[in-house]
Amino acid sequence: MNRVAGETPVTLGRLDQESAEWLQALGDTGPRREAALARLHAMLLRIAQGEARRRGPRSRITGPELEDLAYQAAADAALAITAKLGQFRGESRFTTWAYRFVILEVSAKLGRHFWCRPDVPLEAEDWDRLPGRFGFKPAQESEWRDLLTALRRAVNSELTPRQREVFVAIVLNDVPLDALVVKLGSNRNAIYKMMFDARRKLRAALAANGYLTHHTPGRT
Amino acid sequence: MNGWPALDRFLRTDPRDVGCAEAMDMLHVYVDLVASGAPAEQRYPGIAAHLRACGPCGEDFEALLAAVRDEPD
Repeated sequence: MNRVAGETPVTLGRLDQESAEWLQALGDTGPRREAALARLHAMLLRIAQGEARRRGPRSRITGPELEDLAYQAAADAALAITAKLGQFRGESRFTTWAYRFVILEVSAKLGRHFWCRPDVPLEAEDWDRLPGRFGFKPAQESEWRDLLTALRRAVNSELTPRQREVFVAIVLNDVPLDALVVKLGSNRNAIYKMMFDARRKLRAALAANGYLTHHTPGRT
Repeated sequence: MNGWPALDRFLRTDPRDVGCAEAMDMLHVYVDLVASGAPAEQRYPGIAAHLRACGPCGEDFEALLAAVRDEPD
């Protein structure tokens, strides 16, 4: 994978007026800071509630539990923002920088909540869900059965045990990536990288056996 | 052309992809560019490639963009 550092460098610009006011108020003491903190928390809570309501049903979390998750996300984000205020470099508006914290908090908390479900398979391999996931048509069943056999063979022969574990959880058992992060005590970047390498290996194996065409990297 | 486009799209990887850590580090910058109509994808092709391929980061991007666009006046 590539690195942002190789791309156009960020130019530090002057702060816009609103961002400067936020920094001044949050860096202040007394009532001015308290008022800014209260306003910040209200903004974060509004976003956390909106995101939690949008994503909650998919994670099978509703009602007071979902509301509690939103409050916790807003509180944790506010703490992180005030602790990291010195890291804000003015590359974006302050509020955009701050909103990012609360959105990532909601994602992480929903990932943790996933394991409250009693029916999560981890070791089982549900290969039967792949035809539906990838839109294979019944009329082509004999062809995609052959393809799935090749894919399964590649999963067993080409992937490392860890890549295989991640592929099985995410692709076959539909475990969200953020939930797998929690289960494996890892981080989103590491799990994504494992899946990235697994996808690349599997595609190469299928292409080598004529199931997919080779492609020029970088072209979509 | 492949007969299995969805599987092909899923397995296809883009070497420009910067990964989750760098995409999330720069997400606020990228979102402000998108929200302002600037050519964010041209400026940060590695982040754009990542957001297309990574479901969780793509969802966080959409959520942050919506938060910025829905800000009360």
